[in-house]
Amino acid sequence: MGELLELSGLEAHAAMCAGELSAEECRDAWVEAAGSDELNAYLWRTEDGDSGAVAVERPCLAPIAVKDIFCTEGVPTTAASRILEGYRPPYTATAVRRLVEAGAPILGKTNMDEFAMGSSNENSAYGPVLNPWDRTRVPGGSSGGSAAAVAGGLAPWAIGTDTGGSIRQPASLCGIVGLKPTYGAISRYGMIAFASSLDQCGPLTRDVSDAALLLAVLQGRDGCDSTSVGLDTAPRLPDREDLRGLRFAVPAEMRADGMESGVRAVFEATLKRIEELGGEIAEVALPHAEHGISAYYVIAPAEASSNLARYDGVRYGIRAEADGDVVEMYESTRAAGFGDEVKRRIMLGTYALSSGYYDAYYGRAQKVRTKIAEDFAAAFGSFDFVVTPTSPSVAFGLGEKTDDPLAMYMNDFFTVPMSLAGIPAISIPAGLAEPDGGGPQLPVGFQIAAPAFAEQRLLEAAYALEQAIGFDAKPGGRIDG
Amino acid sequence: MAELEAVIGLEIHVQLSTRTKMFCGCALSFGDEPNVHTCPVCLAHPGVLPVPNEEAIRYALRIAAALECDVAPRSIFHRKNYFYPDNPKAYQISQYDLPLAVEGTLGGIRIHRAHLEEDAAKTIHLGESGRIHGSGGSLVDFNRGGTPLVEIVTEPDLRSAAEAGSWARLLRTTVSQLDVSNVNMEEGSLRIDANVSVRPAGSEALGTKTELKNMNSFRFLERGIEAELARQRELVEAGGTVVQETLHFHPEDGSLTALRSKEEAHDYRYFPEPDLVPLAPTEAMLQETRESLPELPEARMRRYESELKLSAENAAQLAADPAEAAYFEAVRDKAPTVEAQTIANWVTGEMAAALRQADGGAAADSKVTPKSLAALVAMVGEKKISHGSGKQVLATLVEEGGDPAAIVERDGLAQISDGGELESIVAAAVEANPEAAEQIRSGNQKAIGAIVGAVMKQTKGRADGGEVNRLIKEKLGI
Amino acid sequence: MAGELSGILDHVGRIGELDLDDVVPTSHVVDLENVLRADEPRPSWPREVVLEQAPDPAEGAFRVPSPRAES
Repeated sequence: MGELLELSGLEAHAAMCAGELSAEECRDAWVEAAGSDELNAYLWRTEDGDSGAVAVERPCLAPIAVKDIFCTEGVPTTAASRILEGYRPPYTATAVRRLVEAGAPILGKTNMDEFAMGSSNENSAYGPVLNPWDRTRVPGGSSGGSAAAVAGGLAPWAIGTDTGGSIRQPASLCGIVGLKPTYGAISRYGMIAFASSLDQCGPLTRDVSDAALLLAVLQGRDGCDSTSVGLDTAPRLPDREDLRGLRFAVPAEMRADGMESGVRAVFEATLKRIEELGGEIAEVALPHAEHGISAYYVIAPAEASSNLARYDGVRYGIRAEADGDVVEMYESTRAAGFGDEVKRRIMLGTYALSSGYYDAYYGRAQKVRTKIAEDFAAAFGSFDFVVTPTSPSVAFGLGEKTDDPLAMYMNDFFTVPMSLAGIPAISIPAGLAEPDGGGPQLPVGFQIAAPAFAEQRLLEAAYALEQAIGFDAKPGGRIDG
Repeated sequence: MAELEAVIGLEIHVQLSTRTKMFCGCALSFGDEPNVHTCPVCLAHPGVLPVPNEEAIRYALRIAAALECDVAPRSIFHRKNYFYPDNPKAYQISQYDLPLAVEGTLGGIRIHRAHLEEDAAKTIHLGESGRIHGSGGSLVDFNRGGTPLVEIVTEPDLRSAAEAGSWARLLRTTVSQLDVSNVNMEEGSLRIDANVSVRPAGSEALGTKTELKNMNSFRFLERGIEAELARQRELVEAGGTVVQETLHFHPEDGSLTALRSKEEAHDYRYFPEPDLVPLAPTEAMLQETRESLPELPEARMRRYESELKLSAENAAQLAADPAEAAYFEAVRDKAPTVEAQTIANWVTGEMAAALRQADGGAAADSKVTPKSLAALVAMVGEKKISHGSGKQVLATLVEEGGDPAAIVERDGLAQISDGGELESIVAAAVEANPEAAEQIRSGNQKAIGAIVGAVMKQTKGRADGGEVNRLIKEKLGI
Repeated sequence: MAGELSGILDHVGRIGELDLDDVVPTSHVVDLENVLRADEPRPSWPREVVLEQAPDPAEGAFRVPSPRAES
């Protein structure tokens, strides 16, 4: 069984197609593995075929873990919030539907930061997720459950969502691959909305090939999502062997002060490896990228304040008992149902949109966003990719940053600009490093960003680099390790 | 104190008669059981997204064209954020500073803008005597939620309640021609709110306005505006100032009461709707819209007056009733040599009267086909039957239908055209009325009526009045 | 909470220092226009399903406390 669980998504699929592995066997093995979840990665797991309306007709892919932000018909969906406790959606998200129709059973719904707001998965109403590399540390967020499940041997692969880095950053902290595609590549229908102009579905996998396989299944225009365009061509499995002729840009302004020395070391080493593979490295100016956090923490909360206003206790979810009028019911329900970070962002967002402040905050932030997109477009005029460390630090300790929201927001420093520009970016594990001040060896992610709709080129480069790096470390205590 | 003039603008919501809602595929319905036309999208479940109805866009473009608006080359949707149980997303998708259409005109009143948005759901308030465990509360029915609306806002160009009422009727008639809405105020497919203020006559500045809501008929609209104008005038003349507020009209007694000012205090925190992409009507769409426009009431009225030479009164009446106008034109089509005014008189006069006598109903639904009315009018014109006989034939047509010539034959109504026969009847009548004859000879023209009457009686109305007159005078040698 | 919020506002408020006079704000990320849907009815959800999740269903509708009286 151990060998079965060693198979990547691609390998399992090939084995099933070749008749060497039965879909049931594969599913059963993973259901059992997921059952030994000590990381609090799952909020719901499928047991003995109880996946209701999302059952697969012709399974031929390994089962997949799905972040609990995706609506799954008849199956509990909470976005890790109390306000949706007990909610079973009457429909299924398009991304999940495409997986199921392609033959991937749902393994379970993974834990996350509440309504995708967070960078450590400590904002879940159902308890934090633990990093499989060191259970006193966070897995990153908001797709912490998906990342921990894949890294911890509880799922072969997973999908999550990325709004400001919520796939890439946990992938980096957990030593796996995380891809945020171009905005519009994958349908958002059924993805509980946090920040509509930024949210994107994406894969969290062991390797780049699995990410490519899932992207091929997930992408495509959806009539239920007016902002979805899909990719021009379906992605192919990457097979590039070197990086000759490719130009990689390192943004000058983004050498953050807050970057740990271990992270910097791995980053520099990876740059060298790129050169060894024939790639060219040069510095580029992205003058507005350092303001990405400011713009993001205006735009995202603003859109969220509107998107979360529908949680009012009228049609679904919890309702707080209240003696007064409907407005009092609305207020008590939300006070009881939302966690502190969600409340904080709703307040921020409401303020940023309010009359008299709109121009100074939301209006301005959208201008900064335009400039950031222009900076990238200019960079891509002379370069194929922009590269940065994915996260300024390795996995930090539980509770270490929860008292300082701004410090927590800085985790997204390198990932937020790509979200604002709507361009695709991938994080691949590039090495291990100790945190500043000492500690265990922990994964460090390397981020590669490409122009909009250049997923194939991005996957090819990431694949070549991944093969050269040969990252094969695993957290101790993995069920299959 | 200088005389105060009224300054009135109207805010109109037209509910479109598309098959589905504005942003989801649920069917539009009326009077069905609650919540049977809903889906996760219009119920605002987590994760859902809106997709605009292309027919609603077409309908909105048609309205914009009928109002002679400039269509924006690019317009976007905005979110209007506020909480209320009938607003499930807690925001309404509407349009804000880049609406679909601006700067139009209708009936001499300027249109400020027209835009698309979605309707709210329905809340039924249960009273203290509520049916459920004697408790209060409200029930929300989301069938209506998401219905496409076009909002039309006029400039404050109206100057009286009566003008507002008649302009509102013109708007209704115009939009009804476009096949985009039932535009029925009682039903709620046409909703009109009024913004009312007063100012010294001749002043250009605008006074503080109040907003009037809940007037669900043209009559109530006029009454409400009238009442508010009276109130504002009295207030201002006594030295007071008008406070900006929203007033609710009470149909039971025509009074207006102020709502708690939740409307004006509200900050809707408008921002561009990120789930929808901009609308950029193509030249093809605009062309299709222009071609789909029927002749509208204003244009029709002008055509009737200038080309057909109809009286202003007839032109206005026919233009305001598209069905009657269509009937009129069908009759004209079958009687091309008859003067349009004559036909208009028959349609709006004799025909309308005959229908009222019978059972009411419209000309187009009656048994009188345009062809038969045309034939009848022609017969009268050619003096084959008298006007009086014509009315008799018409009454018969209304009751039985059929062919006028056959009815004339059957009922023996043909005008007496044999000169000899008529002459002898006239001669006999003159002889039988010597006093009248004497009076006529001595100059009293009116006395001729008695002799004409006698001839008509004798001929059972089948003589041509004009001809009888002439013969009498001839007989009397005058 | 208030202290945290003001700290965050101070930080994000730094965008006020940038020169952004001639910049067009991003209002839409994808370069699309006129994405529309045909006016074809699709089956609505059965009412039982729709009301299944409701905290207080009553008489085929969603019951809520009344709004405060308005006049």
